[in-house]
This record gives sequence, C-alpha cells and structure tokens, in this order.
Amino acid sequence: MLNEFGLQSVLRRGFYSVIFVMLFVLSGCESGLWNQPYSAQQVQSPTLFSSFSEPPKHLDPVVSYSSNEAAILGQIYEPPLQYHYLKRPYELEPLTLTQMPQVRYLDAQGKVLDEKAETSNIAFSEYHLSLKPGIRYQPHPAFVKKADGAQKYLHLSPTQLAPINTLSDFGETASRELVAEDYVYAIKRMGLRQNHSPILDTMNHYIVGLQEFSDEVSLAYQSESSESADSFDFDLNDYRIKGVQVVDKYNFIIRIEGRYPQFQYWLAMNFFAPIPWEVERFYNQAGLVEKNLTLDTAPVGTGPYMLAENNPNKRMRLLANPNFHEDYYPDSGLAEGADPVLLKDAGKRLPLIKEVVYSLEKENVPLWNKFLQGYYDASGVSSDSFDQAVSVNASGGMQLTDEMRQKNIQFLNVIQPTIMYLGFNMADPVVGGYSEKQQKLRQALSIAINYEEYISIFLNGRGVAAQGPIPPGIAGFIEGKDGINPYVHEWRNGSAQRQSLETAKQLLAEAGYPGGKMRDGTSLTLYFDTPATGPDSKSMLSWYRKQFEKLGIELVIRATDYNRFQDKVRGAKAQMFVWGWNADYPDPENFLFLLYGGNAAIHTNGAGINSANYDNPQFNALFEQIKTMQNSAERLRLIRQMLDIVRQDAPWVWGFYPKSLALYHGWYHNVWPNPLANNTIKYKRIDAEQRYAKQNQWNQPVVWPLLILVLVLLGSVYPLVRAYRARQGSVIVPDSKQRGEG
Amino acid sequence: MFAYIVRRLLFAVPILIGVNLITFALFFMVNTPDDMARAQLGAKQTTPEMIQAWKVDHGYDKPLFFNTESAGLSKISETLFVEQSLKLFVFDFGQSDSGRQISADIYERMWPSLAIALPTFIIGLVTNIALALLIVLFRGSVLDTATMMVAVAIMSISGLFYIIAGQVLFSKIWHWVPISGYESGWEGLKFLILPVLIGVFAGLGSGIRWYRSLFLEEINKDYVRTARAKGLSEIKVLFAHVLQNGLLPILTGVVVVIPTLFMGSLIMESFFGIPGLGSYTIDAINAQDFSIVKSMVFLGSVLYIIGLILTDISYTYFDPRVRLQ
Repeated sequence: MLNEFGLQSVLRRGFYSVIFVMLFVLSGCESGLWNQPYSAQQVQSPTLFSSFSEPPKHLDPVVSYSSNEAAILGQIYEPPLQYHYLKRPYELEPLTLTQMPQVRYLDAQGKVLDEKAETSNIAFSEYHLSLKPGIRYQPHPAFVKKADGAQKYLHLSPTQLAPINTLSDFGETASRELVAEDYVYAIKRMGLRQNHSPILDTMNHYIVGLQEFSDEVSLAYQSESSESADSFDFDLNDYRIKGVQVVDKYNFIIRIEGRYPQFQYWLAMNFFAPIPWEVERFYNQAGLVEKNLTLDTAPVGTGPYMLAENNPNKRMRLLANPNFHEDYYPDSGLAEGADPVLLKDAGKRLPLIKEVVYSLEKENVPLWNKFLQGYYDASGVSSDSFDQAVSVNASGGMQLTDEMRQKNIQFLNVIQPTIMYLGFNMADPVVGGYSEKQQKLRQALSIAINYEEYISIFLNGRGVAAQGPIPPGIAGFIEGKDGINPYVHEWRNGSAQRQSLETAKQLLAEAGYPGGKMRDGTSLTLYFDTPATGPDSKSMLSWYRKQFEKLGIELVIRATDYNRFQDKVRGAKAQMFVWGWNADYPDPENFLFLLYGGNAAIHTNGAGINSANYDNPQFNALFEQIKTMQNSAERLRLIRQMLDIVRQDAPWVWGFYPKSLALYHGWYHNVWPNPLANNTIKYKRIDAEQRYAKQNQWNQPVVWPLLILVLVLLGSVYPLVRAYRARQGSVIVPDSKQRGEG
Repeated sequence: MFAYIVRRLLFAVPILIGVNLITFALFFMVNTPDDMARAQLGAKQTTPEMIQAWKVDHGYDKPLFFNTESAGLSKISETLFVEQSLKLFVFDFGQSDSGRQISADIYERMWPSLAIALPTFIIGLVTNIALALLIVLFRGSVLDTATMMVAVAIMSISGLFYIIAGQVLFSKIWHWVPISGYESGWEGLKFLILPVLIGVFAGLGSGIRWYRSLFLEEINKDYVRTARAKGLSEIKVLFAHVLQNGLLPILTGVVVVIPTLFMGSLIMESFFGIPGLGSYTIDAINAQDFSIVKSMVFLGSVLYIIGLILTDISYTYFDPRVRLQ
C-alpha cells in the first residue's frame, strides 16, 4: 500500500537502483575508461581501428567493383601483381609471381614476333605467369580432407549443416598451396554470366576464347539450374578457356587479342585473384547459403589477413593470416619528397598490424569525435569538421589547426586519380557540334564556370581545377605552364589563372550569342540535367545558374532521380550534366577512352562510357595509336596532340581533380597515400602503447556533473514530499456562505 | 474470442494483398528492372547483356502483371507480381537482390533493434506515466505549470538535437559512455545507456502531456471522489484507481506498437552505430532492392495487424465490459 512514506521509499529505492546500475555498468569498463568502445586486450595490441560508412555488398572478388569493398578484399586476396607501396609514379611489381609476367607477341599463325613488332602484325599477346612456390591459403574448412583424400565438408546433408551458423562451427580447418589452377579457375568464374562480373564484357574483348567459354558455360549453368530446384554442383573444371592454359603447378598463360599493355594493370585487381575450386563448391551447399555463408560474404585468400567477422551492418574484423607467405617491407623506392621515416621498417616481415577492426559509422559526428578521442586511428575530414581540423592560409595552402597539432595528429592531402567534369552533349544542336562557333560557345562557358570558386565554396579547397582529362600522377599529365589549357587558363605570376570574363564574353559573341542573346534578341537558354534533388544541392545548383548568368545565359535546371538522369545521359537527351571518373589503373588510356568516339553512348545503345558523345576522327585515330603503346616519349607526344584537340573542342568543362584529406594519429606509422593500391594495411604499423597512454590521457571521466546530478535529484525529493504532505494535511474550509454566516 | 481472432486474421489477407500491390506499383513506377540491374551490378560500364543476365537470374525478366506470352492461368501466375508476392504469405522472404538471405538478415538485425527499442519503450512508458501521475498529484500548482512548459519545450526540439547534444555532452565532454557502437550481452550495456536515455527523454514531452490529460479526465469522476471519501490517500487514489481506469486509452496507443518495436529506429541506430533493422528498408530503397523493400513492408503490415489484434485482446483484460465476439 502506498502512502506518503511509500512515495519516499519508492524514490529512495529508485535512486539506489540508478546508482547500482551505473556502478554495474561502469565496472564493466575493463580498461578503466568509461567511454572505451573496445576491449582492453584489443587496445593494447597492434590492432588498427578504422571505420566504414557504407556496408560492403560484395566480397566475391570476381563481382566486387567498389572502393569500399576493395579496401577489405585487398587485404585478403592476392592477384598476381601489386603496386609498389612507395614508388611514384605508380609501378607494378610481382605479388604472388616470381617475376613480372613475360609477354610474347604472336602473329595470326602463332609465330613469335619481336617486341618492337608493328601493332598491326600482332594477333595475340601471351602473358606467362610463374607463381612463387609455397604460398598457402588461410585456414578454412573447405580444405579439410578425409582419410581417402576427398574433401570432408563438401557434400554435407541438410541435417549435418543445420547446426552450422558460422565457419567456426566446423570442427576443423586446413590449408593448401596456391597453384596456377586457382588463377585459371577465377577467370572461369568471371566467364560464368550468372556470377555477374562487371568486367566480363570488357575481358571478352581481350582474353582469347573467353566469350565462347562464357556463352557455353552460362547456357549449361542455366539449363542445370532450371532442372534443379535447390543448389547443384556445377563444375567449371569441366570447361576450358581457349586462351587460358595451365602449364604446370606454378605456371599458366593468358593469351590476349592483339597488343593490350594495360592488361597487366588488370592483373593487379581483385578480379584476377585466385579462387580454389573446393571453396566455391563448399559454399554452394544450400544449408550455408541460407545462413549467408557464401563466397560473397566469407572470402578465402592467401593475403596477409583473413576475415574473422563479417557483419556488414556492424563490424568487419580482419586477423593476420597465420599462413601468410614471406613478404617484407620495401627497403627502396621512396618517392621524391617523401618522408625518409617511411623506410624505418624496411626489411621487416609483413604484416606489421595483427588485427584490423572496421566499425560501421554512418554519421560524421560520432566518427569525428571518436577519432579525436583516439578510438579511431585515422579519419577523413567532413565539411562539418573541416574548420576544426584544417586552416587554409591566404595562398590556399592547408595546415592543421593548433588543436590537431597538440594531439600530434598528422595529415595527408592527396590529389586523387579522379576527374569531375561538366559534359556537353556533343550531339545536341546548341551546345554540341564541331564548328568554330560551337567550339567558341563551349570555350566561353568553360571560362565562365569558375571551378576555382567552386572548389573554394563547396569543397573547402579540396580540389585542383582541371586542365584536361588526365589527372596528376598519370602519365600524360603535364605540370606547370606547359600543362595549362590555353583556351581557359593563362599563366600569370607563376600559376594558372582563369581567363577573364571579358574573354568569355568575346568568345560568346563570336559564337553568335552577343551578351548571351540569340538572333531574335531573346536570352540563350541552356539546360542542365542533374540527379541532385535534395535541399543540400540547392546552393550548388544556384551557383551553376549564376555562372551562366555572368554571360547573360539563362540556365534551366532539370533535376530528376538518378535512374532518369542516367537514362537521359545514355540516350543523349541531356544537354549538360556533371559526371566523374575514377582511375582503374594509372594509364592515360583509362581517361582518354572516355572521349573516344567508339565509346560514345549514342553509338553503343547507351552502353558506352563516352557520355558526352564526343567523336572527333582525328582524336579517335590518335587514341587507336596510343592505346596499344607502352609509355614513351612518342606516346607522350601523341597524348599532347590529343589534349590539344580536346581542349579546343571543349566537349567537357574540365572541372576539377578532387583532393582527399586524411588525418591520422601520431601512433599510426608508415601512412603513405596510394589510391590505386588496395593491399596497403600490411605495411602500416601501430604503436599500441602510445595509443593506450593517449586514450587514457584524453578520456578520463568527468565525475563532478554526476555528483551534481545526484544531489539535484536528492534535493528535489524533499520539497516534493513536503508539498505532498502539506496537500494531504490541508483542510477544506467552507466559506461564509456555506457556513450560513452573514 | 478465438473466432474473432480467426476472423481478423482472415480479414488481414486482402489487406496484405492490397499493401503488396501498392508497394509493387509504387516501386516499379520509380524503378524499372533495368535500373535495378544497373544499381546492383555497380559496374562502370553496364552492357545490355549484363543487364539481361541479371534480370533473368533474379526473375525480373517477366512482365509485371500480365504475361501475354503464357497461356491460361499462367498469364497471371507467370508474372513478376505473383512470383514476388506468393512466397511472402508463407514468410519465405528469399534472397535480397544483392544475394543475401533476407530472413537471416532480419533475424540478425532485430536483436540490436530490440535491445534499444524495448528498454526505451518500457522505461519511457513507466517514466511518462509516473511523471504524469506526479503532475496530476500536484495539479494546478507551479510544478504543474512549469512541467507543462518544459514538456512543450522538449516536444518542440528535434530528436536529432538530443542525439548530437547527448553524444557531445555525455560522451565527448564528460567521457561517461562510448559515443557509438554495439556489443551483444552484458558488455554491450554501456553502449545502450545513452541511446535509451535519449530515447526516453525525447519522448517525455508528448508522453507526459498525453497521459496527464488522460488522468485529469479521470481525476474528477465519481469513483475517485468515492475513493477519497473512503479516506484513501491521494497516492493510492492515483495508482490504484485513476491509473487503472486511465489505462484503456493508453493501451490503444501502446499495445499496437509492441510488435513493431523490433523494426528499429532509423536515426537513433544510424547515429549510435546500432546494427539494427532501422535503416534496412531505407537502405534497400536507395539500393533499389525490391526483394527487401517488399519483405519489410509486408512484415511491417503483418506486425501492425497483430498489434491491432493484441490491442483488442488487451481491452478485454483491462475492461470487463468489453467482449470480443
């Protein structure tokens, strides 16, 4: 029964309960820090704590084509080649190979040709790849064998699979050596259309016999799958690709159509990572698929790490692969201007970090604050936290703020091998075309759209105005005065300066639109298609409108959803649009092909990558020449010619090359940007002791507000009880009328 | 009562078909199977062959509602709508368009959502009722007026503000709890404190005002006066009489949400890094993953219907006058 004393008792019990729960929870903080999100053992070991904002969708190396997925896959799988960690310009080196692939050129009759043979005479290029012996896969149940030599866990019944929820539920694991057959099997998987490899149609053009293999095997697979209700054993080993041949245990050959020197870059990507046949067969078991245990979620590789936990909605955890082969930190190749401390770990056995924990952080606020608390070893810089992290001086240079420097935070500021551009639809009657007048209209717009201003307003200075399609770091990019686009910029005071608005107006008048007016005196109206429909985009779209207004041109924004936007661009129905391209490999061909007429969307039923539909025969002819050439002075000369042509034609407003800004703590070592390499964690090092000390220094709980809170709670009980007692004890006094007085 | 429940469940079937039809129509009004294929393939250069292969593999190569190439009943049954909808009614959600098992994902993600939603719901309900009764106890006083002003202020501020302010104050400045993260089991308790407290606090304003008005309606009724005349203390009057009679309208709003608790909270889970179901549907809409969208809409509808049935059943326990027939 509750009375006024009961209220006191309830409040008192509630207070004690709160204190008890708090003490109980806080006693669970092993490291002594109440806000420590990790276990004490993890914090004090060489573990890298990182984050991801978007869950990876695919971890199957033949399917994955996203940078966030490559960041995980690169640590687990080993394609034949890798990029040297330190060298610039980017340079390939063997990863699982004993040496770089040996290339032979053959004519149509199969006769071996000289390396300097005319490209037109070369019918095939043969890549001979030799594996290092002794490379072993991570421990995995798929490799466990029975006494008779057959795989133990390959054909389990539904009853046997029922209690299996994770790979650790299998009692045993085993490993085996990497063999040439595994690389060939991976290419076969690429050929199976039902695996949906994003590069299949590209590779069909190059790998001899892949197209025929793909057609045959995909049809057979479809026929078997329609006959079988559940999962079925489909053995790719029953089929062979004409141009891919296993020579022996450690050697295999890939035959390519014609000459295609860029093929070696593909050999550094996850698509060419080895897949053991037994692993794929293991994961094909229906009982595992039902529990999301597939090759797409639980990769198996020979790399420095293995995926120990995959919860894409929470955390990905990598552990050092106990079977990782001998691999050492490079002792040379330091790029010019790089800090020599990067060679401090030269010759050390890799990996230097034993565990990597990626936690999902969808929002910038918690990510940034946890980085400042020392709970993430590195972080990007969002626009929200930019001013707190970085100050920009008058000349545009960036430096860390005092707050960051006091914490011994370091930063990297790197231009990405990426271009963002505003494309004109060259098939459009107004902004397209190749006449001098049409060129001048685009050149005028290229001057007026001030991307230096855009970079300053919308990117906090994190970008460089582009002078052409090829970004810095890629062969063909020319630094300084020689590299500027003379139709948009001029060289003044030692830097590229955008030409004046007067020049743009003059060009516009010469194009037939004086003051932005058409012949009938009405304003020229242009249309800008964009998928940017949110409120955040309003300021950016308004900025674009103002750039056109400077020339008296009216810009109509046609905002739509991404699907419709893509349809419009593919169907050549968009007049102007903004798009970007991220390098697959460090070769100018990977950027110039965006302007090759054969790739025009309008000529390829929307499948082409040339969204501007630029089609200049002179440019096309030069592209045909350079695409099969190795980098040389002659190739560079031809690329310069191509740049001159496209700069004059101006099918794009050469937007900007974005810069990525990354911060990292002083205890995180060997950090060196390599946007093209994905397997870089093995080189990095964590000073766990220093991190632990700093975390303790920065995160001691502040107790006084807790005490005040308790006091306020306690203090509020007394007046309440008193008021209640007063109310209970009060007597209703009838007024004089009720008492019958007066 | 059994007959009533069976009848309600049968009524649910056309409702679910209707919901599914609307979901289907709305989704495919905005996204075509080709768009879905492009989004899922994620390739820089998507060829028609790749798109076609993806559609065949995922069953999106069929017509939406009517298959002119089939004969007889197959004209209806061999369509995207029927093939995508039928299995839902036996709760076979199949694979997402990116290849993951939807049931396994839901099962894995519902527990973290529940870990936040259940304590927030229970503590919030108890706190709201207790504070509302306290205010009713001191009705007409300065405390009542002040609390109502604070309640309006709490309601007026966006929930996002509480989340960010809570993270900055309790985690960043005072270092009491982790800013974000999640662990299962007891060691995960420290990750739950802040989101639960913020969830409870953000709901206080509307909760107190709503429950206070319900209790004030009861407080002047005859049975309350009779109870007081019997000499019962005000606390006993409130807890034993007013609360019990005020529960009926509370149940209307409360029981219906219980089954949907595990669907999670988008913003709360996103900011606190809780691996729950809160963002599952939104992420699927953004990724154009129809298999997840239809499954989650279907599941949400089923749970809501169950919630309504539970509400009706709960009436019979709290109000003897109510009989379900």
